[in-house]
Amino acid sequence: MNEIPLWASETFWKKTAIWVTAGSFLVLVVLTMDSLSKTSAGSKRVPAYSVINKKIDYQYNKELHKFMPVISENELLFGKEYTEQEALQLVDLGKKTTQAKNCMNCHTLLGNGAYYAPDLTKAWLDKGWVSKEVREDMMMRFLMDPEKNARTFGSNRKMPNLNITEQEAKGIIAFLKWMSSIDTNGFPYNFKTINAEE
Amino acid sequence: MNTSGINGVIQKATALYETSQVCMNDFKSWVQLDSSHLSDGQRLAVKYFIVAVILFFAQILFGLLAATQFIFPGFLYEILDFSVNRMIHINAMIVWMLYGFIGCVYWFLEDESGTEIVGLKLGNIAFWVLTGAVTLVVLVYLLVQIGPGKDSSLWFINEGREYIEAPRWADIGIVIVMLIFFYNVVATFIKGKWSGIAGVLTLDLVALAGLYVAGMFYMTNITHEQYWWWWVIHLWVEATWEVLVGVIMAWSLMKLLGVRRKIIQTWLYIEVALMFGSGILGLGHHYFWIGTPEYWLTIGGFFSALEPIPLVAMVVHAVYDTGANAFKNSNHPALAWIIAQAFGNFFGAGVWGFMHTLPQINMFTHGTQWSASHGHLAFFGAYATINIAFFYLAIQHWRGDVWMGSDSQNTWRWKWALGLLNGGVLGMTIALLIAGYEQSFIERAVEGSTWGGYFTAQNHPSFQSAMVWRLFFGGVTFAGFVLLVWDLLTIGKGETRLAPEIIEMR
Ligand code: HEM
Ligand code: HEM
Ligand SMILES: [Fe+2]
Repeated sequence: MNEIPLWASETFWKKTAIWVTAGSFLVLVVLTMDSLSKTSAGSKRVPAYSVINKKIDYQYNKELHKFMPVISENELLFGKEYTEQEALQLVDLGKKTTQAKNCMNCHTLLGNGAYYAPDLTKAWLDKGWVSKEVREDMMMRFLMDPEKNARTFGSNRKMPNLNITEQEAKGIIAFLKWMSSIDTNGFPYNFKTINAEE
Repeated sequence: MNTSGINGVIQKATALYETSQVCMNDFKSWVQLDSSHLSDGQRLAVKYFIVAVILFFAQILFGLLAATQFIFPGFLYEILDFSVNRMIHINAMIVWMLYGFIGCVYWFLEDESGTEIVGLKLGNIAFWVLTGAVTLVVLVYLLVQIGPGKDSSLWFINEGREYIEAPRWADIGIVIVMLIFFYNVVATFIKGKWSGIAGVLTLDLVALAGLYVAGMFYMTNITHEQYWWWWVIHLWVEATWEVLVGVIMAWSLMKLLGVRRKIIQTWLYIEVALMFGSGILGLGHHYFWIGTPEYWLTIGGFFSALEPIPLVAMVVHAVYDTGANAFKNSNHPALAWIIAQAFGNFFGAGVWGFMHTLPQINMFTHGTQWSASHGHLAFFGAYATINIAFFYLAIQHWRGDVWMGSDSQNTWRWKWALGLLNGGVLGMTIALLIAGYEQSFIERAVEGSTWGGYFTAQNHPSFQSAMVWRLFFGGVTFAGFVLLVWDLLTIGKGETRLAPEIIEMR
């Protein structure tokens, strides 16, 4: 009569809690090792930093039913061909600068961050830079003096001057170009790049 | 500089110090709190609670500044930019909630273990070190704000990673302080008596502190960096913090309603199993679009969709226990906030989270005001509420366990504070939800997330009016906060009936 059924007993649930937690964590560790190796710089999903020497585009892939980065012929950045080591250094400077300037508390990167300013995931490919011929120059001027070169699209929201040096600006642009080559499983959807014909 | 100048400064400083002393004494005689009612651990706990409330104020203040900038972009431009205000807004939130949790644990540690805290002195030193560090970090956020793209900026100014912006030196300090806290908890339980609550708490604190370390490294590869960043953010709020709240809730329901320990602990184990079973792999809902493999779409979607289950169970638990005890309890505001927690957690995390957690939907809501809508209701509903409930438990004991029931004086204050705070946050949540839908539709679906598309959505009248409503309800939230502080300082003052006697009479 007074027997407690298994599903209501404290020890049963204690053991269940321990096993479920340990099991889930173990699966997570295994998946983490797999994911990290599949996304190291130079993998299929996350290209090597020297991808900044290449032309990058983002197109709908009919077979896979999703938008995918398309990496093709040489398209040098700042007219220079970077070795793998030089590319790493430049992208690293850019990444570090985005953290030191706190970009993520206005913008999103890969969709994560703040919502006061546009997403930077595919910023390199954005039509806002008018044409490929003027893009690098426009980005440099914008980053180093965003107040004077403001592009507010009628919103009056201006990026503040963050004291970005010329070298840091180059780094940021290299970082953005590299980031736009990451395979993000089709996010953002339907993005029309600067390369697309109207 | 000449000597008379220095003397003048010293004179002014002493005068200022004396006035502040007088104010402090006036304040003390006004609040009439008698600390002899508190045990040593509880005295340490209330220190944490006081800083928590101050940081809660900072959170709301800087939230209001940031919200104003959405409407008037020129407001404080290049003085306190949006990024600075927002960083302080969300950092203050994380830190005040952690202060609150540490306070809660110190509050019940001696009661639960049946002995005195082992390292009280160490605990006090840790409190002052942490508080000093937090002050310094905030001052640097406000005055220095940003640095050059070098390691030194990440070490001394800020790391530029949402929610865990604190510079590296502070990270290390935080870990040391957490270790001291952890030592105090474990050593005290070992010296006194062990319990199911103690066991869950210990394991949870190990995980909570360990996860923080996962967020302390710089990486060039942004996919890897965000991978570990989410380990901290997600595995905190959707796993370890939830369980910590489960522990705090378990102890509170035992004390507040007299629920039996065996039942409470069985519930706690069930909650741990469900929470960790869904929340750990539910982490995958942040790995849809950051470059990680496609299997996360399935794993993340599936497990995170299960996350609301424990939250439903918690609502059932709280409502059942309250009903089973016919609402008989001596601290009505605390119980009201506990009920608010159960529902806030369920709606904010469970319902709002579920609505955008499947990848087919998240593709369009990801990184829009939709996320902010969910973030506000979830953090407030799950974690602000439980801390506020505990503040009421603490103040009752501090006043000498006086009665805080329906026939007490000035109950309108806590009722209005409850209504304004919950109504304010809910209002902001709905405003942001409307803005989020509009963004998902116009920016994401129609315009394909270009910069032009982003601003088309931002300039849309429905978005702009949503931002005005958000600011309005932010004001409502602020009013609720002011009332809450006033009530906490005055509730139970002049009450002579003791809570236990009243309970027995009924
Ligand atoms: C109390 C628990 C929770 C809290 C405090 C919380 C808080 C947050 C916050 C603040 C964000 C935004 C992160 C950012 O800044 O990018 C977020 C994102 C998210 N949350 Fe939660 N959450 C909780 C529980 C849940 C649950 C239970 C679910 C699912 C059922 C969920 C689903 C999501 C999803 C899918 C996102 C990503 C949004 C995006 O793609 O932008 N959350 N959460
Ligand atoms: C006066 C009240 C408040 C106002 C005006 C306010 C305003 C804001 C603003 C403007 C943002 C930036 C959103 C963006 O990037 O576009 C924000 C973010 C956030 N706030 Fe608040 N807030 C308030 C209260 C709260 C409260 C009470 C909580 C939780 C307890 C909270 C939690 C958050 C979180 C978690 C985020 C980050 C959301 C995300 O990244 O998705 N806020 N808030
Ligand atoms: Fe999550």
